[in-house]
Amino acid sequence: MLRILKKALFTGVKSEVLAEAGEQIETVGPELEAAIKKRFRGSLAIRAVDAGSCNGCELEIHATNNCYYDIERYGIHFTASPRFADMLLVTGPVTRNMETALIMTYEAMPKPSLVVAMGDCAANCGVFGKNNYAIAGAVADIIPVDVVIHGCPPEPTDIIRGILTAISRT
Amino acid sequence: MTVNTWFAEKMGNHGIHSTYLEDHHPAHMPCLEIRLIDWSSAAQLARQLDMRFTALWAAEGGKHDEHLRYAYMVFAHPKHRHVMLRAALRENEPAVSSISEHFIAAMRMERVIQEMFAIEVSGIPDPRPWLKHEHWPADAHPLCGDFAADTVMPRCPGEYPFIKAEGSGVYEIPVGPVHAGIIEPGHFRFLAVGEHILNLEQRLGYTHKGIEKRLQGQQAEQAIHLASRASGDMTVAFGWAFARAVEAAAGVVIPARASALRAILCERERMANHIGDIGAICNDASFAFMHAQMQRLREDMARLHKQLFGHRLLMDLIKPGGVSVDLNAEQNLLLRQQTSALAIEVESLRSIYADHSGMQERVIGSGPVSLEEAISIGMTGYAGRASGIYVDERVEEAYPPYDRLNVRIPEGRDGDVATRVWVRFEEIAESARLIETLLGDLPDDDLCSAWQAPDAGVSGLACIESWRGEIVCWVRFGNQGRIDRCTLHDPSEVNWLGLELAVRHVPLPDFPLNNKSFNCSYSGNDL
Ligand code: SF4
Repeated sequence: MLRILKKALFTGVKSEVLAEAGEQIETVGPELEAAIKKRFRGSLAIRAVDAGSCNGCELEIHATNNCYYDIERYGIHFTASPRFADMLLVTGPVTRNMETALIMTYEAMPKPSLVVAMGDCAANCGVFGKNNYAIAGAVADIIPVDVVIHGCPPEPTDIIRGILTAISRT
Repeated sequence: MTVNTWFAEKMGNHGIHSTYLEDHHPAHMPCLEIRLIDWSSAAQLARQLDMRFTALWAAEGGKHDEHLRYAYMVFAHPKHRHVMLRAALRENEPAVSSISEHFIAAMRMERVIQEMFAIEVSGIPDPRPWLKHEHWPADAHPLCGDFAADTVMPRCPGEYPFIKAEGSGVYEIPVGPVHAGIIEPGHFRFLAVGEHILNLEQRLGYTHKGIEKRLQGQQAEQAIHLASRASGDMTVAFGWAFARAVEAAAGVVIPARASALRAILCERERMANHIGDIGAICNDASFAFMHAQMQRLREDMARLHKQLFGHRLLMDLIKPGGVSVDLNAEQNLLLRQQTSALAIEVESLRSIYADHSGMQERVIGSGPVSLEEAISIGMTGYAGRASGIYVDERVEEAYPPYDRLNVRIPEGRDGDVATRVWVRFEEIAESARLIETLLGDLPDDDLCSAWQAPDAGVSGLACIESWRGEIVCWVRFGNQGRIDRCTLHDPSEVNWLGLELAVRHVPLPDFPLNNKSFNCSYSGNDL
């Protein structure tokens, strides 16, 4: 236990120290917090759905939770059930085999809800292409999309930015 | 390079005649054509010779034999290396016999050739479709030449026949394809009694993206972007496997600096994923401190990757013939310093992990896979090493630059979650050592050799040790340097079976911990 405390003390508060270097986050942060406070009373629940990604996008969603970005400090958290979710964050080209599951997840959400299509694949099927027997389409071909975040994969800062954009649009 | 005739001779002794194919490379991993009737006995012989099974697929003929369809299988021997066997199938109603009685891991790949190529696999114990879900038209066989890549398939009614629960008190728990966390999609069907798992049935294929079909017709320089997204967390290893296969076919030898840089990237990828996964495993056992620390280290790695190579996950840095990035002296020093600092920090966190009794109670003895079981399915990578299978292509094939390094393989025994974590800690330390060695002595030549695609009909095979285990890639070229057929095999295809074995009798709440300790790829499995 002592060693854990020691390590934690020595590690310090990373989210502040590194915010200077990655200033994009700081400019995003307060804005985001204000928007959430206004629209979502301090809490935005996101359901992430991988509709067929290569898993690269998922690694970067995980990164938004690490101590540098600490997306939770803005009141944003990821939830297991679509029934509690305000936002659907979808990655990957929508495969034919995931199409039904994506639609069902979307329909299970309380409305109004937000949809963010994250990554080049979600935006336009990326390297996997639309003219592909195994791909049902980009996310917007399957469900209504509010915001698209480009990148392969998008970096954590862009993901947080994209979420902000979606919130201020509602 | 001299032709490797070892397996051809062994087959000859058993009355199996084989022909060596001249247009396949490299010669020490030969492609031997055998008669269809000998298919299963060749597999049986491989089993008797203690070879391991690595991949099975099908392909239509190439430039000279377009009307034919072939089945392929690959075995490897620690000393005598890989051998590819192929057999021509009958033109009408093509069929091949199942080898799953000798190598159970072949069965899911047999299910794939059945549905993708309309090849009947006789004697297959489980003939259900695998990647082809119930809503596909019955006559859709996407890898057949006459199936257009952009076919829009109608949605058909159908149901997947899961294994049913029998006996009193047995109940079913369906999970997925959308899982609770931020993870890839797949379906698990648990049969449980009380708290304990009786059987886990995996239903995958949800992330099938038609990668093999889409690779056809592309130039190698373009195709590598797609191949290296077979599984985004193994992007370096997939890129390397694809590059090495096309380089073998084309007879292109890459500069020593390029192979050293590839290995540096690949070992960094290994470190980053092991670090991230150990954190996630600890998180599943409610040890949040370790999770936070490990994710911090992983982020430090991603940031330096962005700074030095322009991409946080190291995508698109390998190209046919070499690499597209370099390191100057200053960058070299930065990378070396961070790598050694990381290794030291991970070691100090490791001692905290090891002394944490709550954590140890969860991982020790959970989800064991015995050596016999691991051998029977042919487990690979850290999961295999935890159970006592110490194969590693970096040692056996020792492709450059590993031929001048002495890679130390951690030797696990107990095959439980604790040992899988232990192996990963060991590998982080070893990768750091390898990176430091490579950076300290980076050869001073080019980054890339001239790339020139080979003639139509020429093929190449490559096996690369990714952080998950051995990747197999086979590529055959068609006209004008276009890829005519490429197959990729992710180690997860085999290791998913290991997870099914591990969780029998495990309490349900410990499933996530076990799942994470394997961390098999969905995307790499489904392609
Ligand atoms: S956008 Fe890139 S990282 Fe994301 S799923 Fe597609 S290929 Fe993978």
